[in-house]
Amino acid sequence: MALDSKTPKGPIADKWTNYKNKIDLVNPANKRNIDVIVVGTGLAGGSAAATLAELGYNVKAFCFQDSPRRAHSIAAQGGINAAKNYQGDGDSTYRLFYDTVKGGDYRSREANVYRLAEVSANIIDQCVAQGVPFAREYGGLLDNRSFGGVLVSRTFYAAGQTGQQLLLGAYSAMNRQIGRGKIKMYNRHEMLDVVKVDGKARGIITRNLITGEIERHSAHAVVLGTGGYGNVFFLSTNAMGSNVTAGWKAHKRGAYFANPCYTQIHPTCIPVSGDHQSKLTLMSESLRNDGRIWVPKNIKDVEAIRNKTLKPTQIAEGDRDYYLERRYPAFGNLVPRDVASRAAKERCDAGYGVNATGEAVYLDFASAITRYGKEQATIKGLDLNDAALIKKLGQEVVKNKYGNLFQMYEKIVDENPYETPMMIYPAVHYTMGGVWVDYNLMTTVPGLYCIGEANFSDHGANRLGASALMQGLADGYFVLPYTIGDYLSDDIRTGPISTDSKEFEEAEKEVREKIEFFINNEGSHSVDYFHKKLGKIMWNKVGMSRNVKGLTEAIQEIKALRDQFWKEVKVPGSSDELNEELAKAGRVADFLELGELFAKDALNREESCGGHFREDSVELDGEQKGEALRNDKDFAYVAAWEYKGEPSEAVLHKEELEFNDIELKQRSYK
Amino acid sequence: MSGILNSSIGRKFAMALSALFLMFFLLQHFSINLLSVTSPETFNEVSYFMGNNPLVQYGLQPVLLIGVLFHFIMGFVLEIKNRKARQISYAKNNGGANSTWMSRNMIWSGAAILLFMIFHFNDFWVPEIVEKYVEGKSQVGKDFYAHVVHMFENPIRVGVYVLAFVFLALHLLHGFDSAFQSVGANNKYTKGLKRFSKIYAIGIPVGFIIIALVHHFNH
Amino acid sequence: MNLTLKIWRQKNANDKGKMVDYKISDVSPDMSFLEMLDVLNEQLINEGDEPVAFDHDCREGICGMCSLYINGEAHGPDRGVTTCQLHMRMFKDGDTIFIEPFRAKAFPVIKDLVVDRGAFDRIQHAGGFISVNTSGNTIDANAIPVEKADADKAFEAATCIGCGACVASCKNSSAMLFVGAKVSQFALLPQGKVEATDRVLNMVKQMDEEGFGNCTNTGACEVECPKGISLENIARMNREYLTASLKG
Repeated sequence: MALDSKTPKGPIADKWTNYKNKIDLVNPANKRNIDVIVVGTGLAGGSAAATLAELGYNVKAFCFQDSPRRAHSIAAQGGINAAKNYQGDGDSTYRLFYDTVKGGDYRSREANVYRLAEVSANIIDQCVAQGVPFAREYGGLLDNRSFGGVLVSRTFYAAGQTGQQLLLGAYSAMNRQIGRGKIKMYNRHEMLDVVKVDGKARGIITRNLITGEIERHSAHAVVLGTGGYGNVFFLSTNAMGSNVTAGWKAHKRGAYFANPCYTQIHPTCIPVSGDHQSKLTLMSESLRNDGRIWVPKNIKDVEAIRNKTLKPTQIAEGDRDYYLERRYPAFGNLVPRDVASRAAKERCDAGYGVNATGEAVYLDFASAITRYGKEQATIKGLDLNDAALIKKLGQEVVKNKYGNLFQMYEKIVDENPYETPMMIYPAVHYTMGGVWVDYNLMTTVPGLYCIGEANFSDHGANRLGASALMQGLADGYFVLPYTIGDYLSDDIRTGPISTDSKEFEEAEKEVREKIEFFINNEGSHSVDYFHKKLGKIMWNKVGMSRNVKGLTEAIQEIKALRDQFWKEVKVPGSSDELNEELAKAGRVADFLELGELFAKDALNREESCGGHFREDSVELDGEQKGEALRNDKDFAYVAAWEYKGEPSEAVLHKEELEFNDIELKQRSYK
Repeated sequence: MSGILNSSIGRKFAMALSALFLMFFLLQHFSINLLSVTSPETFNEVSYFMGNNPLVQYGLQPVLLIGVLFHFIMGFVLEIKNRKARQISYAKNNGGANSTWMSRNMIWSGAAILLFMIFHFNDFWVPEIVEKYVEGKSQVGKDFYAHVVHMFENPIRVGVYVLAFVFLALHLLHGFDSAFQSVGANNKYTKGLKRFSKIYAIGIPVGFIIIALVHHFNH
Repeated sequence: MNLTLKIWRQKNANDKGKMVDYKISDVSPDMSFLEMLDVLNEQLINEGDEPVAFDHDCREGICGMCSLYINGEAHGPDRGVTTCQLHMRMFKDGDTIFIEPFRAKAFPVIKDLVVDRGAFDRIQHAGGFISVNTSGNTIDANAIPVEKADADKAFEAATCIGCGACVASCKNSSAMLFVGAKVSQFALLPQGKVEATDRVLNMVKQMDEEGFGNCTNTGACEVECPKGISLENIARMNREYLTASLKG
């Protein structure tokens, strides 16, 4: 099947408007006869469910958490971008579009990104109307901050809890519709398969996580807003429950999976403290505005630090290697996430990591504290030579800016970051890849839609800060409600979809068989045992820096691990009760397949772009020597994989990317 | 408006209003008692006024009685409802980590005060009511002061009174500012109010105790 | 560290349940409390026992899923944290730790340490929203300025993560801090004032129907709240409710 992105014709700025003018609509009376299933209740799923219900469709919404409000969008910290240009600093729809495409290293679909930029301003209007308490200035108007990779201040925020506030906004919109009976909410339900009838997505199979009951749910269309798959690495900043199962089941039913290897590794996370570690904690990117990143220059200092015979504050300025400032004098500590992460890995691989595991670098606020302290002393007319006073004044400024993050760090690491540098290390944070969708956000399965982080569409090979929230809400509030109507207009005469068909029966049977297998398997290792092993393979061989040898090994190792999993996995308890191990087993089974496709995709993409870094595709000389080298001639395409029984047999379909409105350039931060 | 007394917040509000009223009454009662130490004559005059002024007798007194009864009954009703809200109790609960003993034991300090009030009514209020309305005796020229002094001769009675006021202090230590919170007053004055509430909650009961002790030891 | 854990085990909603003792060794002080439970569960699975069910998800203190009553306090002895942010360095070698579910009639136990907090959702369905269409065709976000002090207070109220620690800590199992925070967030913003009357009446009605107890202002909720939601929000709800009752 040829991949048709169904992008409308015409100038980029008019595409979305023209599209909306021409699509078929469903009249209000008919909407009442149409059911839509929405899986996932984060920013994308939650906003979609609320809007579809408001339009008049009968919505059934599903989440595995105990309340829609707990979806992992809630953990997003920094902010949400919108081309409002409230600051008058030259922002525009085009500029947001341009920054996003460039930030994504020219691997996203222009038309989708432009539409995203176009609707972004509306998101802020919408959220304010819903009572989202964004940060404001003293004049009562909305405040903005600036984020990495851009030259304007377009990020709206609510302290360090923007995701929480936006999600609660979407959740409140859902509440209104639940109260009106337009959304039927299924908490603690996990989707375990998509059901196709006559080639169209017509329902899902779910498991009630409390009673274990397997249920059939039918609808005229199915929407997946199920988030990213970063947990394939076991350790990530994702929630413990975040998983790929919904997307993967869709993939197995015919939805192509695009660019699985595009992963964002966030440079400022709290390092792993030991084998017991279950998850990683992000420290906002904003810290890099004031923190300087370094490791010791001399290996003997590194050893002394690890032996705890030397404190980082005792290392003289000249014996420190501020490697980002050294390598990237123009951007310094503010290089994009992928660059900062790789540079940290490079130093740690060379043996300069500063904690017991050798995987940590310093993020030091001492010079910012001094700088701010002197500034305050000058303003207040105090003694500039009083070091203790300067430090105190400076610490106060830093506390006002980052107090909650510093406190969080201290709770986890038990060190006071005002006195000693923070330790940080990159961690898996976001997956740009996902289920392939066309301009309508429909997958290759008719009637099956995919929105938010779960799809692949808008961020290319690297996502800019504060763009994930924007995309989730844009898809759910403003894009899907139009595009799905166009599809559903053909369904006004269909009537209710029966769940008694053989398709539902077969899908349910498959789900049941798998569950019975897990419960009855006389295995010897827990699910986590396999998940951790998978994570290690992924991190070491398909992580921040990839090469042919490692990827080839990873593919074999993952396959072997998968075989072992199906023989030796041990799931206690029964299937008709709350059984977290059973739920985890199903998720890890899917990760074990996705992991292999992920490595296969990384092997196929013989270029370095965004979050995907191939050691064999780097600049060989000149000023950029050693930096990532993109290959636009051979790889300016979306790699969409079709399922053929085994990940190794997946078939590649290419969606060639055309750039008519943006000139492709090499990113340089030197 | 209907059914406000069935709602949790409505009940809490009513509880607070009756409390504020009772605390005001307490202040007034204390002021009159204080006169028994400073000026027995004035004390007698005011006592006569309070006992015989129609407005006080037929207006304020019933309101006060209803206020007291309401506060007690609602206190118990709420306690029962609140207990029902947790049917299995914790195997280990560390209430002291997050709240004061007083706040968690209002029902017990309240119950102690109720017992005391029965005792106290029996000492003063019931005999007077009987005198006035059953026996129809005139109160003109009655030496209320002498009656008070006589009552505080007994050390056991004094002990009971002192103990009761300790419970009252405990009750007020939480109750005073709690009443303000319940009626919705929590603002920039709250800090100052809390300080004042401590002074009131300890000062008034201690004042009552001192008055009782003065009468006991002076005679 | 070596620890003795006393954990509430309850097979399902109908089971009676009881406290069961477990021994755990080699606990690192750097572990979070939930990671310690992960280790216990791994141990139980390997020994052929059923692991302890407990709710958790984000493990960074924001989803509000974790809900353990540890040594007599919601989210344990540390302040300003959820259970997932509580670290084992708060405990000593040889300690006995009680681990119980959040207890309230309105939060029935589903299994072991997992409780059903659906009551919170139902309160929100009753009025935890502003009735505005999600079309995006509203007025410009900056059309109505909001005083910074009000916006900040609304935000502070809105940081509630809906974990239920307030209910669990309250000797009366009262949900007023939770409801007060939600009512306050909207009452403080001009956008929310329009339907403030109905909102507070409906939410309080639902709260009462769910079987939560009454607030007696002990303040335990505020102390145990991982997000430090202030009692001011309860006072504001009281005001809002009383005014609404007079109006409505």
